[in-house]
Amino acid sequence: MAEPQPVLEMTGIVKEFPGVRALSGVDFRLFPGEIHALMGENGAGKSTLIKVLTGVYSLDGGTITLDGESVRFGSPLQAQQAGISTVYQEVNLCPNLSVAENIFIGREPTRAGRIQWKRMRKEAAELVDRLGLDIDVAAPLSSYPLAVQQLVAIVRSVGTGDRDGAGFGTKVLVLDEPTSSLDRDEVLELFRLMRQLRDEGVAILFVSHFLDQIYEVCDRMTVLRNGTLVGEHLVRDLDQVGLIELMIGKALDQLEELHEHQMRSDVGETLVKAEGLGRTGGIAPFDLEINKGEVLGLAGLLGSGRTELARLLFGADQPDSGKVTIGGKQVSMSAPNDAIAAGVAFCSENRKSEGLVPDLTVRENIILALQAARGWTRPIPASQRDELVAAYIKALDIRPADPEARVGRLSGGNQQKVLLARWLITQPKLLILDEPTRGIDIGAKTEIQKLVVSLSEDGMSVLYIAAELEEVLRLSHTIGVLRDRRLVARLTNGPEITTSKILETIASGEHQ
Amino acid sequence: MSATTQTPKAAPRGSTASRARATRLLGDRRLPVLVTAALFIAMYVGGLSRYQNYGFAEPQVFLNLFIDNGYLLVAAIGATFVIMSGGIDLSVGSMIGFTTMFTAWLVERQGLPLLLVVPLALAVGAFGGFLMGYVIHNFEIQPFIVTLAGLFLFRGLCLVISKESISINDASVGTLAQTRVSLGVGDLSIGAVVALVVLAVAFYVLHYTRFGRRVYAIGGNEQSALLMGLPLGGTKIAVYTVSGFCSALAGLLFMLYIQSGDPLHAVGMELDAIAAVVIGGTLLTGGSGYVLGTLFGVLVLGLIKSVITFEGTLSSWWTKIATGVLLCAFILVQRTMTSRRKT
Amino acid sequence: MTTISRWRALTHHHLFWPVAVLIALLLVNVPFTPDFFSINMTDGHLYGSLVSIVLFGSPLILVAVGMTLVIATGGIDLSVGAVVAITGALTCSYISDQADQNTLSAVFLAMGIGLVAAVVCGLWNGFLVARMGIQPIIATLIIMVAGRGVAQLITDGQIITVNSEPYKLIGGGYWLTLPFSVFVVAAVVAVTVALTRRTALGLLVESVGGNAEASRLVGIRSTRIKIMVYMFCALCAGIAGLMISSNTSAADGNNAGLWIELDAILAVVIGGTSLLGGRFSIGGTVVGALVIQTLTTTIYTIGVPTQTNLVFKAAVVIVVCLLQSPKFRAKVFGAKGPQGPRQGAAPVEPAPAADAAPKMEVSR
Repeated sequence: MAEPQPVLEMTGIVKEFPGVRALSGVDFRLFPGEIHALMGENGAGKSTLIKVLTGVYSLDGGTITLDGESVRFGSPLQAQQAGISTVYQEVNLCPNLSVAENIFIGREPTRAGRIQWKRMRKEAAELVDRLGLDIDVAAPLSSYPLAVQQLVAIVRSVGTGDRDGAGFGTKVLVLDEPTSSLDRDEVLELFRLMRQLRDEGVAILFVSHFLDQIYEVCDRMTVLRNGTLVGEHLVRDLDQVGLIELMIGKALDQLEELHEHQMRSDVGETLVKAEGLGRTGGIAPFDLEINKGEVLGLAGLLGSGRTELARLLFGADQPDSGKVTIGGKQVSMSAPNDAIAAGVAFCSENRKSEGLVPDLTVRENIILALQAARGWTRPIPASQRDELVAAYIKALDIRPADPEARVGRLSGGNQQKVLLARWLITQPKLLILDEPTRGIDIGAKTEIQKLVVSLSEDGMSVLYIAAELEEVLRLSHTIGVLRDRRLVARLTNGPEITTSKILETIASGEHQ
Repeated sequence: MSATTQTPKAAPRGSTASRARATRLLGDRRLPVLVTAALFIAMYVGGLSRYQNYGFAEPQVFLNLFIDNGYLLVAAIGATFVIMSGGIDLSVGSMIGFTTMFTAWLVERQGLPLLLVVPLALAVGAFGGFLMGYVIHNFEIQPFIVTLAGLFLFRGLCLVISKESISINDASVGTLAQTRVSLGVGDLSIGAVVALVVLAVAFYVLHYTRFGRRVYAIGGNEQSALLMGLPLGGTKIAVYTVSGFCSALAGLLFMLYIQSGDPLHAVGMELDAIAAVVIGGTLLTGGSGYVLGTLFGVLVLGLIKSVITFEGTLSSWWTKIATGVLLCAFILVQRTMTSRRKT
Repeated sequence: MTTISRWRALTHHHLFWPVAVLIALLLVNVPFTPDFFSINMTDGHLYGSLVSIVLFGSPLILVAVGMTLVIATGGIDLSVGAVVAITGALTCSYISDQADQNTLSAVFLAMGIGLVAAVVCGLWNGFLVARMGIQPIIATLIIMVAGRGVAQLITDGQIITVNSEPYKLIGGGYWLTLPFSVFVVAAVVAVTVALTRRTALGLLVESVGGNAEASRLVGIRSTRIKIMVYMFCALCAGIAGLMISSNTSAADGNNAGLWIELDAILAVVIGGTSLLGGRFSIGGTVVGALVIQTLTTTIYTIGVPTQTNLVFKAAVVIVVCLLQSPKFRAKVFGAKGPQGPRQGAAPVEPAPAADAAPKMEVSR
């Protein structure tokens, strides 16, 4: 099969943000009539590349060639007009309008300024029909489930530009995590549509965290890591272990001293027990036990359900099924308050949106959880408060060591420490840390990991989530492995457990 | 994973259409309008049976609803555009008051012909709306606070023109105000006719022009509208311009109705306009509603006033209380409807 | 060097700009009224422009203080004007029904009835906002519309006049040479400050307004806090209602407290509390309310026709809001990027942003 000309070619793409080089010289190509997966972990540069391609970000270097012509997009609209459409995870349509309007808005057929509703509905119905979908185009979009709305978004984007011709106006269709909240049947319907469009010559760029889906529907994949191109492969030539190795890479171990830390085998009695806990669209029902003083690490790729599991254990999301007992008592988990009262603490991976109150000071942020537990009528006495705050600022080495500093102005590592201090001050039984070391410098990283070890030695249970497998391996007594929103294995850490062993488990999705 | 046992292909295809039909019946966007229309009819029939000996059945009583509330209808139509786009305009009442003062002053004190004054007043109103829209969009300040400044500004300008009421004795105004259009069973004033024309135009614009659909789209989801490549800024500014224009036109009709300019005319009328829009079934969060609903909202408010007049023993403040109660009921209904739609 | 840094510390204080504006406004009066700052003692009462500013500004300060807390949670309360009217109407109509309007117990009971009604209004607002999840501006619109009707219903559409010496004291009386309302305001402000800063209420309010999701995840029961805050706001409005009706010895359902909600919101914004919620400053709000009252007085004394008052107010709203708008600052004061104090995306050093636009401190 002679290789055809790529419809899209990006060469030497560079994108810089203040202090960060998000993409350094990435090459990427896309052929007509293929479904191409873009793979990479957090910070690999996937979303930056997509945003450069779709005109959301401007280029700092490199060239984009579309159909043999050099292009440069100043806005998403320009990219759309050139034939590059994007469908995001959140459906960017107007739920209050009809399906037909959502497909056509902005380019409705008009005569003398008057919208021709009949013609619009007819054309929309034809388009929908041609794509093999069964959707009533006159119905409001909101009357359909999210999955169908997703399909409508695709119909809209491929219908762009060319209304009466046989082909589609769209040459390149970017699907950014369209499947993350769909169930199996809905995913199959989406794949059917994707394959149909591929067969009609559209080049599809597909991003998904579900490995199975990549192997099911994609023809080719490009792997990025740390803003550089790691490789472009045909899907059939690269097995899952190989892919995961490419994505995660062999991170240099700069924390050797911790590796020596002895795993205690004598962890205490069961503290937390979850049975059949699950949430539709979040994570499949799972059983989990965490012992007193145990560090349970969660390993899995981005989007594998790590965060969703943690949020269920904290009551941040309400479970659909299952129950949780903490210290022998069943906890209702209808709101975070219940979990907090039972001694659970949760440091979210989204420090800014779900953790800190940026306008408040370091001191106020630190005492917030304790104060919330005490209620507003019982303020922590000033002297005790200052002492506590000073002690934790010192213990965690928060800089600047000024309790009056506004927390929004601290560096990422120090913000993370403030969050830790907030929960440690409540003396929790179970501390959930979701990516506590993400985006912070290496010094702070080491400190936080050391802290986890010493907390566990003092008898606190820790649920530790990190993208770096070495980190999980180094700290955990037990490792829970997740894949595609399921808890697939529970490995007891020991000499025989290595990163490659974990990788194999993730790739195969099976225990042992 | 859902526990669907059907074949993968049949499941989403076969059932979605029927499921959609069921949801559509429950969450039909026309439902609130129908409820309001039904409420209006019920109130009207109630009035018929209660006051049949007092001439309530006269067709003119019905037509008077339009004559007495034409200005409110026009103002509420302007407010419908703004609310539909997800914004709010608090300057409506002040703009009406200002227009009455401005025109009265130009006609009576400056002796300008009405033919010149009318377009001037409309242009000033539209320009005021444009300015507010410009500030709201370009500086990303909440519409609430910007139109609050507009409220102060135009009410202040009223007082700057004159602290006293200016009565209008201009002959052409008098003739216009007296003119009646006969409908056979009764007649309508010029103001009522203008209001109905504005209603028809607004209906056409909202449903048959791209601008109108953009207003709906922006109210439905501003972020999406932007990502779909719709001109957000232009539409928003245009919406406030329309509102300013409608307020000024409402001011002219009010002046025609009252035949004077007064710095305290139409104080708080923005609340009546907003209440009419909400009672008419438009979502205060934007994106859903019909200008026809606004008509029924205005008619319901007008009918409350007439009923209270007919009742005789009821005092005018019951209008406010009834408006508030209706407002509350409709807000709660909207709330339950939107929460059901989301789940 | 030290004087410069001290000056910077001073200008960076959150009260600096509100106070500076207030002082500037006061000074504007001097050329027109040379004895503006003088205070005379007549009949054992203090008189003077400053005293009257505080006296006439009292109801606004009260309402604005309550409004501050509501705004700090990210809400808004449009119903305060109607609550002012309801409270005044209830209290006055009860007093006017008494045979002896000077009975202390009857006056207290009347005030109690009025304040309870106010708190019930607040409870309703809080319920709609916190439990039903209706946007604050819409939820409070209901009482804003219906409340005046209720007030007129109570007064039967009349302006009820009362002739009660004890009641006259709150809004129009003097005590220890000063207007009694000054003491009421001082007490309410003191109680508010104590309630928010001596307990943890202030912290939790700021947390809920500053980051609602983070607050939920640390276990703050924001529903309760919001309901409490709306009730408190209504209580403050109720006291203001007592003061206004006492001052005029009359309850006017139609005009009492008309537009006071707008003035109060304006005072809060001038005082440096962001309309988006979060950090609040009671002191700033008091200064803000005084600025508004001084503006009214100044317009009067410098001989500008009083009717332009509203135009000035509109100008103040526009200027304050534009200065608070990050986009406006970026456009006018140079390309400092879109990071306003709120976005603060990059954890860079804070100092330089403030230099180009010193007036931005108004916004904190």
